[in-house]
Amino acid sequence: MALSRDQIAQRVALELQDGYYVNLGIGIPTLVANFVPDGMEVMLQSENGLLGMGQFPTEAEIDADLINAGKQTVTMATGASIFDSAESFAMIRGGHVDLTVLGAFEVDVNGNIASYMIPGKLIKGMGGAMDLVAGADNIIVTMTHASKHGESKLLTNCSLPLTGKGCIKKVLTDLAFIEIKAGKFHLLERAPGVSVEEIVKLTAGELVVPEHVPEMQF
Amino acid sequence: MAGFNKVVNSYEEAMAGLTDNMTIISGGFGLCGIPENLISEIKRKGCKGLTLVSNNCGVDDFGLGILLPDRQIQKIVASYVGENAEFERQMMSGELAVELTPQGTLAEKMRAGGAGIPAFYTATGVGTPVAEGKDVRQFNGREYILEESITGDFAIVKAWKADKFGNLVFRKTARNFNPMAATAGKITVVEVEEIVEPGELDPDEIHTPGIYVNRLIKGTFEKRIEQRTTRPAGE
Repeated sequence: MALSRDQIAQRVALELQDGYYVNLGIGIPTLVANFVPDGMEVMLQSENGLLGMGQFPTEAEIDADLINAGKQTVTMATGASIFDSAESFAMIRGGHVDLTVLGAFEVDVNGNIASYMIPGKLIKGMGGAMDLVAGADNIIVTMTHASKHGESKLLTNCSLPLTGKGCIKKVLTDLAFIEIKAGKFHLLERAPGVSVEEIVKLTAGELVVPEHVPEMQF
Repeated sequence: MAGFNKVVNSYEEAMAGLTDNMTIISGGFGLCGIPENLISEIKRKGCKGLTLVSNNCGVDDFGLGILLPDRQIQKIVASYVGENAEFERQMMSGELAVELTPQGTLAEKMRAGGAGIPAFYTATGVGTPVAEGKDVRQFNGREYILEESITGDFAIVKAWKADKFGNLVFRKTARNFNPMAATAGKITVVEVEEIVEPGELDPDEIHTPGIYVNRLIKGTFEKRIEQRTTRPAGE
């Protein structure tokens, strides 16, 4: 079975470490915050200028001056700090964020990522995504393995305009956990009940499959 | 105005001197911390051919979006413009020029502009459409592109509190691009929720020193929320 959005987030959460500063993108990455293991301390960075993002406010707590990068009303966790946009991106571009999780339309065997624009269709802008992929060393891309029409999103070459070049090393899809190195995809884990054959079929770029591919553990 | 007193008494006075074809740098992220009354004054004045530098362009009926129906904006430099139907229409038809700029690069362009740094190298955007036509250089084996800084004829800023000398304090994430915008305008205009006497703000708490501020006005704010998300009480 392909992973649900929550299960993708749950698997990503296993990559968290105690004391990590983490930036979570919009969509599935945001859900990772719900699966931080008990007893582990993680601080969420929101690139509009908040380190230590808390949960959503109650109706009584809503504050128009306190939002996250998705423009949602939020609260601050204990120990939070507030700063301007230049400072926020100094953190990101200076490589101070321990883990970045973001979505994508396509990823290719050279670690290129396309996530911000579909020419003629969707031109909303890159926001902070280009800064995040260029500045972070530890990035996990979350996306579905293939489109609704069965077209692979793991390609030899990205077909859409790039968000970043050669910067992605790990991709978690609804079918597999994949590492990118030396110009190839490497299959690390498969979703429970998903066969290697199925993953191979839906991976357009060259995929290295080891003899034993473990199922994901949650 | 006398000495360091930056306070003006009307929005007309606050935006005096703004004419067609000028460049305006605006603070704000989404609808958070935007100088909403200064934007309304730009609409009232009706200046055209403007270049706007702002992370976003508001929504259809609030924020910078209100400058779109009368075609006041000729070009916008922004990182994310997805919340605005009229914007999309003008962009697709070519009536509005859009220079999509990564958010961190945009912040740094303003910061550098205000600090007298004409350009800087960054890894952000290397190998992407953003890099087209830009100088590429290697440092320590990695590629970087040259980005030019931005200054504006005007900067429009929203702060929380100020003293009459224009020393500014921002509130929570309404800070965002405002401190950088404040440094990058030839004329920087700030609207605030409260103006106090000089000496009432602790010098240690001031985010933006008054040297960057030319005009200051007290306003009232709608503070519209773009994505109202809550959790049930008691959780």
